[in-house]
Amino acid sequence: MPNIIVLVKQVPDTNAKILVSGESVDLSAVKMVMSPYDEFALETALQHKEAAGGEVTALTVGGPGAEKILKDAKAMGVDHIVRVETSSSMDTNALQTVLKQAITNLGAEVVYCGKSAADTGAGSTGPGVAARLGWASASNITAATFDGGVSVMTPGNGGNVKLSVPLPAVISCDKGNLKVRKANIKGIMQAKKATVDVHTIESPISTVTVVNQSLPPAKPAGKSYQGGDAAAEVAQLLRDEANLL
Amino acid sequence: MSETIVIAEMNNNAIHPSTAELVAAAGALGSEPTLIVPCTDASAADGATSWNGISNIIAAKSSAFENYDAAGWASALDAVMPQGTIITGTSPQSKDLAARIAGHRGMPVVQDVVKIDGNQVTSPVYSGKAMQTVSLGGASVISVRSNVFSPVQEGGENNVSVVDTTGNIATSVQEFMERASKRLDVSEANIIISGGRGMGSPENFSHLEAVADTIGAAVGASRAAVDTWEAIPHSMQVGQTGKTVNPNLYIAVGISGAIQHLAGMRSSRYIVAINKDADAPIFKHADYGIVATWEEALPVLHNKLQTMME
Ligand SMILES: Cc1cc2nc3c(=O)[nH]c(=O)nc-3n(C[C@H](O)[C@H](O)[C@H](O)COP(=O)(O)OP(=O)(O)OC[C@H]3O[C@@H](n4cnc5c(N)ncnc54)[C@H](O)[C@@H]3O)c2cc1C
Ligand SMILES: Nc1ncnc2c1ncn2[C@@H]1O[C@H](COP(=O)(O)O)[C@@H](O)[C@H]1O
Repeated sequence: MPNIIVLVKQVPDTNAKILVSGESVDLSAVKMVMSPYDEFALETALQHKEAAGGEVTALTVGGPGAEKILKDAKAMGVDHIVRVETSSSMDTNALQTVLKQAITNLGAEVVYCGKSAADTGAGSTGPGVAARLGWASASNITAATFDGGVSVMTPGNGGNVKLSVPLPAVISCDKGNLKVRKANIKGIMQAKKATVDVHTIESPISTVTVVNQSLPPAKPAGKSYQGGDAAAEVAQLLRDEANLL
Repeated sequence: MSETIVIAEMNNNAIHPSTAELVAAAGALGSEPTLIVPCTDASAADGATSWNGISNIIAAKSSAFENYDAAGWASALDAVMPQGTIITGTSPQSKDLAARIAGHRGMPVVQDVVKIDGNQVTSPVYSGKAMQTVSLGGASVISVRSNVFSPVQEGGENNVSVVDTTGNIATSVQEFMERASKRLDVSEANIIISGGRGMGSPENFSHLEAVADTIGAAVGASRAAVDTWEAIPHSMQVGQTGKTVNPNLYIAVGISGAIQHLAGMRSSRYIVAINKDADAPIFKHADYGIVATWEEALPVLHNKLQTMME
């Protein structure tokens, strides 16, 4: 029966306005939530357990504030919740080295994560952690079936590809056609009582360091037209002014 | 900056033209790169022999490059690539490869770079609501968005060294499934026309398709369209929980311009919006905004484009 880990990350609500004060983003007034794709990873992990047995552990690397999303995961049905304490900002090498160590300590046959986190938008963690563990990886999957191993659907070759993924593996999840389950009352009650396992892991020095964060440059106001006939003029401008088409 | 390596963007065993932009990005980091061409047939590398700005070309030849497998590609490339900073494109596959190679070599990775200044690189964060500049303190992997750097020009003369390599492929293909539609995918297109809930019904997307066929565009959709209508697949969705696109031209039709939709398309070079509501937020981001129903505007647009393309 597989030991299943799902990686979850706390990010600003995607509706939130992002403010910059000085040279960095100020998140102090922003509501924090589980990164949207992590919900699909969590749902996939729970379905894997339902098909094959085993246990699901939700794992996050972050400050104490991130325990809220671990409780959310617990309410949805994971068995264990683990937070790895971080002190400073980490580059991907430091973060993934810490995740590798945490996954090794916990022991797992399969790790699910989001295809990209809503803050970084990167999509680096799944394939990067898999490489560091020496495991297989499949990314941006839109469906998974559990038939002893794991078969997944990913985009590729101008269509979709159905892949067999040998375990151990790290699998990053896109939205697909999954419906993410809602926590029920029993789950919510259990989550209230659950305790978060807190670990500390030494991280290597980060060589990529943040210099500054800023708002994107404002776009100059565009041209505005009334009525459908203007579409002809716009088409012409796309060629004459924008050098497109 | 020490050595740089560009991994060519590939398309059907040929070098994708956007690779010339990646070579230019290497130039901005301060060095002429080694261009690595992952291929099954070394003639694929010929596409870049006359480019400027390259120090040498390595055709990395392997059957591992037939189908994408992250572990297989990373190990096959690692075996033949020099050390240094590695540059890839930002297709989903290339970003995956960038991260996998960084993991393989114990290096950090920075994705979606849109600006390079010395050893400082800038990428959008928080779905484009902010920009973050980081400094690369050592050899790193970076993926660079298209339509940012001007491609290097023809005029060079590069030799190709062909190197055979092997990769440890982990996953195995069970089945290929054709896309239901033969249309270009939004993540591959330079022009995209997207429809939202304002299109009224999935059948009305045929009007978008007509325009798309005239100018070689892909058809995209908002999440409201995908969620409301079964016939509009998630693969068409642009935005926070859909695809992030960066085309030269994005035409939004009957789309309000919610923050999560903007997250996926706001970095498009030109944005055209057609919406009947003059207060729709999309107009704040449009280079050309047309306040009209699509029923009025699309036939006019289609006719005009048809005459222009003749
Ligand atoms: C976590 C999260 C993730 C999300 N991810 C995404 C995402 O990836 N992509 C995405 O798009 N959304 C996403 N959303 C949803 C987003 O918030 C909006 O609900 C959605 O983008 C609205 O789609 P729409 O503009 O098509 O529909 P609406 O907001 O309903 O807008 C329809 C527009 O059509 C116009 N209209 C109506 N009739 C006509 C006509 N005849 N001619 C011209 N115009 C007309 C109206 O004026 C209106 O502006 C997400 C939301 C959340 C909470
Ligand atoms: N600090 C973190 N703790 C736990 N999981 C993470 C963390 N950062 C990233 N992840 C996981 O990796 C996915 C992709 O993140 P990213 O590579 O930043 O786009 C996220 O959706 C999470 O599942």
